[in-house]
Amino acid sequence: MSRSDYVKLEGVGVTYGLGPDQTEALCPTDLSLSEGDFVALVGPSGCGKSTILKLVSELLKPTQGNIFFGGRELGARPVRVGMAFQSASLLPWMSIRDNVMLPLKIVPPFKSDYRSKRGGEYRDRVDALLEQVGLLDFADKNPWQLSGGMMQRANLCRALVHDPDLLLLDEPFGALDQFTREELWQTMQDLWLARKPTVLLVTHDLREAAYLANRVCVMSPRPGRIIEDRAVTFERPRPIDATFEPAFVKLVQELRSQIVHTPTGKRSSAA
Amino acid sequence: MSPRTQKFASAGLIVSVFVLWELICLAFGISELILPRPTQIVGAFLEYAPAIRPHAWQTLYTTMVGFFFGVLIGLSLGVLIGSSKLAYDTCYPLLVGISSIPKVAVVPIFVLWFGAGTVPAILTAMIICIFPIVVNVSTGIATVEPELEDVMRSLKASKWEILWNVGLPRSLPYFFASLKVAITLSFVGSVIAETVASNKGVGNMMLIASSSFNVPLVFSGLMVLATMGISLYAIFAFVERRMAGWAMRKDL
Ligand SMILES: Nc1ncnc2c1ncn2[C@@H]1O[C@H](COP(=O)(O)OP(=O)(O)OP(=O)(O)O)[C@@H](O)[C@H]1O
Ligand SMILES: [Mg+2]
Repeated sequence: MSRSDYVKLEGVGVTYGLGPDQTEALCPTDLSLSEGDFVALVGPSGCGKSTILKLVSELLKPTQGNIFFGGRELGARPVRVGMAFQSASLLPWMSIRDNVMLPLKIVPPFKSDYRSKRGGEYRDRVDALLEQVGLLDFADKNPWQLSGGMMQRANLCRALVHDPDLLLLDEPFGALDQFTREELWQTMQDLWLARKPTVLLVTHDLREAAYLANRVCVMSPRPGRIIEDRAVTFERPRPIDATFEPAFVKLVQELRSQIVHTPTGKRSSAA
Repeated sequence: MSPRTQKFASAGLIVSVFVLWELICLAFGISELILPRPTQIVGAFLEYAPAIRPHAWQTLYTTMVGFFFGVLIGLSLGVLIGSSKLAYDTCYPLLVGISSIPKVAVVPIFVLWFGAGTVPAILTAMIICIFPIVVNVSTGIATVEPELEDVMRSLKASKWEILWNVGLPRSLPYFFASLKVAITLSFVGSVIAETVASNKGVGNMMLIASSSFNVPLVFSGLMVLATMGISLYAIFAFVERRMAGWAMRKDL
C-alpha cells in the first residue's frame, strides 16, 4: 500500500431513490487521501459533497464502485471516524466536558474503560483538548451558555477526542460570521498541526479551502465528479493575512472560475 | 408586568370571579337549586366533609392507579415506537385511530367485562392517558437532529447506545410535559367512569346528590374535583421543572 492510498474511492457513484424518483448524486468518482493529509472538497450546491462524506463514514453505501481504507475494503474492519457538521448539535443536558467526552463512551477501545477513567484519564484528555481551543474555562458550562463559535470549537473537540483515523467536516464554519470563522480556521490549523489527523473538509468558502487544505478538489454540478485537484503549497503555519496575498487571491479566483463557469453536467435520467 | 404583579393579578381575578358570583346570586335572588352561592358551597362541603372524604379517596386512588399503569404502558410504547422508523410509521395510524375514539364510550364495555366499580374507573383513567404520553415520548425520540444521529452513527454507536445517550434524555422534557396533561386526563377518565358505573367516588356522589336535588353538595363535589385536579397538575408541573429544567434553560 502506498502512502497516498490511505483512503481510496474507486469509481464510486451514488444514486438516491428508486424507479422514477431516482437522483444521480455522484458520477463514478475517484479520490484518494494520504495519511495525515488535509483535503478540501468544494463545488456548487447539491453536487454530492456531503454524499462523499457519508460514503467515507459508512453512513451510506455506494451504488457502484469500491472504497478502500488502509488498503482494505471499507467495512472489513472498523474505521474510527470523527464528524462535525454545520450545526454543533451538542447535547443540551450535558456540560461541554461531557459532550466532548461522549465518543469515549461509545468508541472502542475507550468505551471498555469509560467507567473507571471518566473522572481521571479521560477527563484530562478532554481538558487538554479544550485548553488547546481555548474553552477550558467553559468546560462545566452547558452548551446554551456558549456562543456559536465556542459551540463549534467544542464540536471540533468532540470530533477529535477519540483520535479518529479520519476527520470528516461538513461545512463546520458555515454558520459563523466572518471574524469568528477566521478565528476558527486558525484553531483548526493549530489542531491539525498538533495532531496531524487525516481531514476531509467540505466547504462553500474557497478562501477557507485554500487557507486550510493541502489539496483542494473541485467538483462539477450534480451529478458531481471531481474536475480539478489542486495542491496548495503555502507554508505553514499560515497567518490569516496570507489570504490577502496575490498568490493566494489568484488561487481562490482560479478555483472560483472553475465552479462558476463549469457547464451543468449531464442530467440524470429522471431530472 | 413583572412576574410578581402578574401573580397578584391572577389571584385577584380568581377572587373577584367568586365575589361576583356571590353578589349576582344575591342580587337576583337566584335559588340554590339552580346555582348555589360560593359560601353555600363551602358550607355544604364543611357539613358533608366526613361523607365526602371516602369518595374523594376513592377517586384519587382510581386516578393514581390508572395513571401509574398508563404511564408505564405509554412510556414503553413511546420508546418502542419512537426508536424505530418502521414501528413509528406502522403504529401511528392505529394509535391515531384509537385516540380518536371518545374514551367515555368504552366505559360501558369495561363495565360489561369487569362489572361496575373500581376496575372500570382505573381502566378508563389508564386508557385515556396513554396516548398523549406515547405521542410525546415517541416524538422526542424520533426527532433527534439528523446531524447528531449521523455523528453518533459515524462513531458506530449501536441503536441502543443512541437511544440511551441521546433519544431518552432528549425525550424527557416531552415526557414530563405529557405527564401534566396525562394526570388531568386520568382524572377526567376516572370521574366519568364513576359517574356512569360505580357506587363510590366523587362522580358517583355528585350523581346521587343531584338526583336528590342537593345542589350545594353537587357543587362542593365539583369543588373537591377542581382542587384535586389543580393540585395534581401543580405537582407534575413542579416535577417537570425539576427533572427537565435544562430544556427551559435553567441551571439544574
Ligand atoms: N437522502 C437523499 N435522498 C434523495 N436525494 C438526496 C438525498 N441526499 C441528497 N440527495 C440529492 O443528492 C444530491 C447531492 O446531495 P449532497 O447533500 O451530497 O449535496 P452537497 O454537495 O452536500 O450540497 P450542499 O453544498 O448544498 O450541502 C442533491 O442533488 C440532493 O438532491
Ligand atoms: Mg452538503
